[in-house]
Amino acid sequence: MWLLFYKIWLRNARVWRKHLQASLIGNLGQPFLFLLALGFGLGRQIPQIEGVTYLQFIGPGLVASAVMYSGSFETMYGSYTRLTTQRTYEAILMTPVSVEELALGEIVWAATKGMISGLIMLAALPLFGLIPSTWILALIPVLFLEGILFASLGLIMTALASDYEFFNYFTSLFITPLFLFSGIFFSISTMDPVVQKISLALPLTHAVNLSRMLCYGRIGPDWFIHALVIAGLSFFCAWIAIVLIRRRLIL
Amino acid sequence: MTVTSKTPLVEIRNLTKRFGDRVAVKDLDLCIHPKECLGLLGPNGAGKTTTIQMLLGLVRYTSGEISIFGESIPERLKQVKLRIGVVSQGDNLDPDLTVYENLIVYASYFGIERSTARKRANDLLDFFALKNRSNEIIQHLSGGQRRRLLLSRALINNPELLILDEPTIGLDPQARHLIWERLEDLISQGTTMLLTSHYMEEVSRLANRVLILDEGEIVAQGDPKKMVADLIGSEVFEVVDSPKNLTALKEALRSCKVNIEKTADRFFIYVREPCAELDTMAITLRHVSKRPANLEDLFLKLTGRTLREN
Repeated sequence: MWLLFYKIWLRNARVWRKHLQASLIGNLGQPFLFLLALGFGLGRQIPQIEGVTYLQFIGPGLVASAVMYSGSFETMYGSYTRLTTQRTYEAILMTPVSVEELALGEIVWAATKGMISGLIMLAALPLFGLIPSTWILALIPVLFLEGILFASLGLIMTALASDYEFFNYFTSLFITPLFLFSGIFFSISTMDPVVQKISLALPLTHAVNLSRMLCYGRIGPDWFIHALVIAGLSFFCAWIAIVLIRRRLIL
Repeated sequence: MTVTSKTPLVEIRNLTKRFGDRVAVKDLDLCIHPKECLGLLGPNGAGKTTTIQMLLGLVRYTSGEISIFGESIPERLKQVKLRIGVVSQGDNLDPDLTVYENLIVYASYFGIERSTARKRANDLLDFFALKNRSNEIIQHLSGGQRRRLLLSRALINNPELLILDEPTIGLDPQARHLIWERLEDLISQGTTMLLTSHYMEEVSRLANRVLILDEGEIVAQGDPKKMVADLIGSEVFEVVDSPKNLTALKEALRSCKVNIEKTADRFFIYVREPCAELDTMAITLRHVSKRPANLEDLFLKLTGRTLREN
C-alpha cells in the first residue's frame, strides 16, 4: 500500500536537480549568514562557551536548524504550490499512487532535502574552526529523522492552509522561536531550571543537543532520550500529516 | 481478467452523494460497456464531475455501489487505476517538467518500465503531433498543445477505459477538430470512453450513447440521434418577430404536429411531421431560420433555458 511513495520522491528529486544551485543557496543562505555574523562578528566579543569558541559552539546547532528550515519550507511552499496552483497532486491521484503514498513521498523527499542542507552545513564546519569527530556518521540518520519531523509539520500546515500567508504564522510563531531558543546560540545548561525545561519541550533542542554531542564526539548519557524524542515525534507528526492531507484531498 | 462484451466495464448502482444538505448525485444507475463512448451531459452542477471523482475514489460516496472491470471501488482502486486514463477538467500538467518528462514521470506512477515508457511516450508524441516539442517547457505550449499532451499522458498506461472531463473546453476550432480526430481514432481502435462536455457537437460526433444528468439525476439516456428524433423531432424553425405576429403564427400552426417554445422575443418550433403551413409561413416571415434538430435542442428542452449558477 505504501510502496509507490518513492515515485513521488523521484519526481521531486528530478525537479530539484534542475534547480540545484538556486535551491542550495536558498536553503543554506540564512544559517550561513548567521554563522558569519554571529561567529566573526559577535563571536569575537564572546569568551569561550562550554570550553569551545563561540563559532565552534554554534556550528552544530546551525546544522540542525538548516535541516529544520529546508525540510519545513519544502513541504510548506513547495507542497502547497503542488497542491493548489500547479494541481500536481490532482494529476498524481489519477494514477495508482494513493494519497497516503503521495503524502509520504512528499515528507520523505523534504526530509532528504533537509538532510542535504544539514550535510552541507556540516561539511562547512571546518571553515569555522570545528573539525567534527567521526561520530558525525551517526548524525546523518538523526538529521534525516529531524527532516521527517519538520517536513511533517510543514505538510500539516499545508493541509490546513488556505493561502501562502497562513505559513507566516507557523514561521514566525514556531520556526523562528525554535531557531532562537533551542540552545543554538547560548548554553541552556547555565539557564534557570524552568527555562531548561521549556527548552527541552522544543523539538529542535533535541536535534541541537545530539548534533553537538556527535560533532564534538562527546556523547552524553541523555543521547538516547534526544534520539527517542526526535524519532517518536517524527513518526507521530508524519502520521498526522498523512491523515490531514487525505482529509483535504479526498472529499 | 478478460472482460467479455456482455459484462459492463463500469457499473454504478444506486449511487448517491450528499455534501451536507446538498444532494450532488441521487440514486444514479449507469453502465459503460466495452468499446462504447458514453457521453455524460448536464448543466453545471448536475453531478458529472462528482460522478467521475467517485469513480476515481477522490470523492467518497454516501451510498450505492461502483465496480470497474468487475472490481469494487474504492477497495480495489489501485488495481483499477492501473487500467484507466483520465483527462480531468482543466490543465494539471506538471509545470516543473518538460513535455517528454511529463509522460515519463507519469508512466513511473504506473510502475511502467523505463524502456517501455520511453517508447510509448515517443509514439504518443507522434500520434498527437507533439514530437517537435519534446524538450519544451510546459509554459511554452499553446492551449491546444497542452490539451494534446494531457491526452497523451492519459494514454501512457494503455488504458482500457479513458475518462475525459471536458477535453476540448476553451480551445479554438482547429485545436478541437484535431483532438476529435484523434479521439475518433481511439474509438475505432476499441478504447472505451466516458466523455463529459458542454459542446453538443463534440458529444454528437463522438458518443454512441448519451446520458443527460440534471440536479444529480438522469433525465434521459440513449442513442443521441434517436433521442433527438423521438423527443424533439426532425427540424427546428427559429422565428424572431413581434409578439402580435408570433401569436398569429401560433394560431396558424394549430393543425400541425409541432411543439412551440417561446422565449422573450423568439419562437422555437420543433417539427415532428412535415407541415405545409409552416413551410408557407417560413417564406413570408422575414426573420426565420430552419435547421435540423440537434442534441442541444434536446439538452435545453430537458434541462431548461435558465442559467445554472450557484
